[in-house]
Amino acid sequence: MSTALEVGTENCAGPETGEITPALEKQATELIARYPVSARSAVMPLLHLWQETFGYIGPRGVEWIAKKLSLQEIQVLELVTFYPWFRQRPYGKFHFRVCRTLPCALGGAGKTFAALQKLMGLKPGAHEGAMVSADGRFSLEYSECLASCGTAPVVLCNDNFHEKVDEKKATELVGGCS
Amino acid sequence: MARREYRLVFKNIDVRGYTRDIACYQKHGGYEILKKGLAMGGAAIRDEVKKSQLRGRGGAGFPTGTKWSFIDPAKTTKPIYLICNADESEPGTFKDRQIIHKDPHQLVEGMILSCFANGVKLAYLYIRCEFTEGWKIMEKALDEARAAGFLGKNILKTGYDLEIYVHRGAGAYICGEETGLIESLEGKRAYPRIKPPYFPAVLGLYMCPTIVNNVETLCNVKHIVEMGGEAYAKIGRPNNTGTRLLCVSGDVVRPGYYEFPVGELTLGQLINDVCGGIRNGNRLKAVIPGGSSAKVLKAGEVYKIKEKGLDGKMSDKEVGLEDLRLDFDTLAAAGSMAGSGGVIVMDHTRDMVECLANISAFYAHESCGQCTPCREGVLWLKKILGRIAEGHGREDDPALLKEVADRIAGRTICAFGEAAAWPVQSFIAKFKAEFSARIARNGSASRHDTISLLH
Ligand SMILES: Cc1cc2nc3c(=O)[nH]c(=O)nc-3n(C[C@H](O)[C@H](O)[C@H](O)COP(=O)(O)O)c2cc1C
Ligand code: SF4
Ligand code: FES
Repeated sequence: MSTALEVGTENCAGPETGEITPALEKQATELIARYPVSARSAVMPLLHLWQETFGYIGPRGVEWIAKKLSLQEIQVLELVTFYPWFRQRPYGKFHFRVCRTLPCALGGAGKTFAALQKLMGLKPGAHEGAMVSADGRFSLEYSECLASCGTAPVVLCNDNFHEKVDEKKATELVGGCS
Repeated sequence: MARREYRLVFKNIDVRGYTRDIACYQKHGGYEILKKGLAMGGAAIRDEVKKSQLRGRGGAGFPTGTKWSFIDPAKTTKPIYLICNADESEPGTFKDRQIIHKDPHQLVEGMILSCFANGVKLAYLYIRCEFTEGWKIMEKALDEARAAGFLGKNILKTGYDLEIYVHRGAGAYICGEETGLIESLEGKRAYPRIKPPYFPAVLGLYMCPTIVNNVETLCNVKHIVEMGGEAYAKIGRPNNTGTRLLCVSGDVVRPGYYEFPVGELTLGQLINDVCGGIRNGNRLKAVIPGGSSAKVLKAGEVYKIKEKGLDGKMSDKEVGLEDLRLDFDTLAAAGSMAGSGGVIVMDHTRDMVECLANISAFYAHESCGQCTPCREGVLWLKKILGRIAEGHGREDDPALLKEVADRIAGRTICAFGEAAAWPVQSFIAKFKAEFSARIARNGSASRHDTISLLH
């Protein structure tokens, strides 16, 4: 059985209201088939699938997944609130994650973060997690070690991974977002 | 003087012209060892792994052959599962990423061999979701292996069936802990399980016997099958066999990933010869030798270490920091650990209060919240360290930090408790004066470069 997946591209902007297409249903079915012993194991893959398709996981996603796997909605929602990668609101079109743990911090991650924040015109918000620009173009948050500490500081912009991101490179990255 | 690496697992990494597709892997002898292994039979592979004395590369250094021997495929009536731990999230560690990105088929071949050896028919590769590209690479590699007949039904006409699927994490460090990982793979919050049973080999995935091994460990299995357990055990040192992938980060001239026989290098040789010394002409101040959970070592320290001589007799030796061998036993004897192989180097300009505040912020963020000492204690550590770093420290804060850390370690469900307490205990014990001095010069003036280390 082929398990090729087309999705897997970060899509942080939403909206969650898009159509549930046959292609999406098919991908969900393929993912569930990977867990012949317990369909419940497919909750995380389906959460990823939903988030990548619709940008975030709202009540509609929780309901859809719970139904597919014959689970209580709380059994889906409790994962959304536990795992930091899942979000319940849209982020920016370009979502930046700056690694903040010790090796990256020693390499200047704090300066990189401050530079990005300034370039994107972001103010710390009331929410936990990411800061999102008013026009929805950019969002920014800290991340824990991204397993590339030898090329600190490192940044993940949507799916794209960037190494040795100093203030100059941060400016180029933001400039290249279109 | 530069030192020559011994590249076994990293043999093809960064080699010019080497690509990660199956054609290139097979051109370089890929999947030939699988054929050899399938012909040997599972019991023979298990025997070679035992003889190799391979110790797990994920953190605890537990002997792989022993772990596997908890399960007897001939006697088990339940299905046996294998999970490759590709969660790689210990700060300072970035070796598994290289294998996944640059030589994924080596991992697939190592996994198939390990599954075959243990009678496994369904296996999962648990990969952290931040490896967005690595995930797609592994999916493709598994598809290629399936198309070539190395996976699926009746592999290479031996009658052996195996399916391997990738499962992505979702940004939680605790998924690296093997029982947390299993809970996560079952579709739940990654709450580590209460021990005993101490090993998932007894009750693991879906309450069946399960083997969890690190990426590097499983790659080593391929090389053990290739060269034989005895030959493998000749690399490295007694009880510390094989090669080790070392990841160096922080204040060195050439940070990066290197492979050497276990224990061949001393810490000084790694930092000075391999990594070109401390950068900017600075001096060494402190090293965390095995990922951020390991206890810190301080420049100038001398350790009393029992070493087995060539005649087999034990003797006490005094060894300086830079002369410490980088192997499991020596680093444990020096009061720290080889852990995940992540060596974080700090130079003399670094503020130890800030470094520790950074580490504790990480653990406070990542506690799964199941046990009170960990959930509450780690947050306290972060808050107390935060206030010292920001210039509002109190005189008895160092003692308070130690007390809180002492009350976490040994009182929790999983080893995360120790991982969070050890840095605090060791930093406070070794750099106490620095903490006191920081508190003595409290006020706005003390916040000079915290911006890069806090949040
Ligand atoms: C808090 C915590 C985090 C861990 N993170 C990882 C990890 O990211 N990768 C890993 O391979 N092992 C990790 N481990 C170790 C695993 O629990 C387990 O021992 C290991 O995967 C076994 O593989 P090995 O025998 O091949 O070393 C972690 C352990 C703890 C307590
Ligand atoms: S020690 Fe911490 S991380 Fe481990 S189970 Fe307890 S609360 Fe969770
Ligand atoms: S600390 Fe940033 S990648 Fe490891």
